[in-house]
Amino acid sequence: MALPPLDPYKWQGSLRAFAWGLRSVTSTVLTLVLFATYLGIGALAHDTHFSLGWVLASTLLVWAGPAQIILISTLGSGATVLQAAIAVTVSAIRLFPMVVSVLPMIRTPRTKRRELLLVTHFIAVTLWVECFRLLPQVPRERRIAFTHGLGVGLVSVCLVATTIGYGLAANLPELFGAAILLLTPLAFLLSTARNCRQLADILALALGLALFPLAAQLHTGVDILISGVSAGTIAYGVHWWREQA
Amino acid sequence: MSDFVGDWHALLVLVVAGFLPNEVWRMIGLWLGAGVDEGSELLVWVRAVATAILAGVIAQILVSPPGALASVPGWLRYSAVAAGFAAFVVTRRSTLAGVVCGELVMLAGKWWLG
Repeated sequence: MALPPLDPYKWQGSLRAFAWGLRSVTSTVLTLVLFATYLGIGALAHDTHFSLGWVLASTLLVWAGPAQIILISTLGSGATVLQAAIAVTVSAIRLFPMVVSVLPMIRTPRTKRRELLLVTHFIAVTLWVECFRLLPQVPRERRIAFTHGLGVGLVSVCLVATTIGYGLAANLPELFGAAILLLTPLAFLLSTARNCRQLADILALALGLALFPLAAQLHTGVDILISGVSAGTIAYGVHWWREQA
Repeated sequence: MSDFVGDWHALLVLVVAGFLPNEVWRMIGLWLGAGVDEGSELLVWVRAVATAILAGVIAQILVSPPGALASVPGWLRYSAVAAGFAAFVVTRRSTLAGVVCGELVMLAGKWWLG
């Protein structure tokens, strides 16, 4: 599916922009990846004896695959609420730079902060990647409505997947589980690679992959943060140095 | 309601251990990011860090795989992702081709191993 050209008529009204956002859910393979991932989360919640309503509420409120997997598996293994909260918050730090880098694409000079609350809640890997791909084709004053449509569409797909996964749990073979779990790194890697525009992005991706195994040797609990900030900063340094030269 | 969600205690745990510790980073981003200009150098750095942290999440799943993925040997996990990336490059950046190719290599490897 292609979005309409930047023609004011085609983008008239927020409702139409919302509908284009909703329809864009069908334009990306990441929707399938999310669907499969949330099948897995539903099944995991069933196996660890959480109720269906609880895991649906977690999809709606948390809206970040890795955080939900960590939350369900730590609580399920008998960890305290505090231990679970710490594990979740470390995994969620990545959301901060994502929000900071997406919001300038979405707001106009007149946009108030509270108008961006729901957009901010929807930001996770998929929406982050899709915003960089799709928003340049959307007129700026329609971007909030468009992103709301995209977010509502993706969350709905995942609520359905969570429910199906919860129902199927007992019947899923191990090979299927392995295939679902491999989807996440594969799709994250390729969709991020596709979005790389500048040298800094490509370097950050390559260095981030290479430095994590080194940082993991430190066993700090925040290894991803250490490798991410150093790889990102080195990548930015190279970019800065080339600009100067 | 009580059967569907469990009980109010379970919902409270969800909010305290799941929702708040996750959402706080989004809200800090909303608070601090409001003043950042789209073309600014700061944003190039922030995007590089976001990309590198995501790369770390990818590497973590491959190096120490969760659940059923641990039943796939390391060499097969890395080959599957490498094959997926190669297919992605050959098809001029088709994510679908890359994902399908990577999954097929993993499934074929598991079948071959028996």
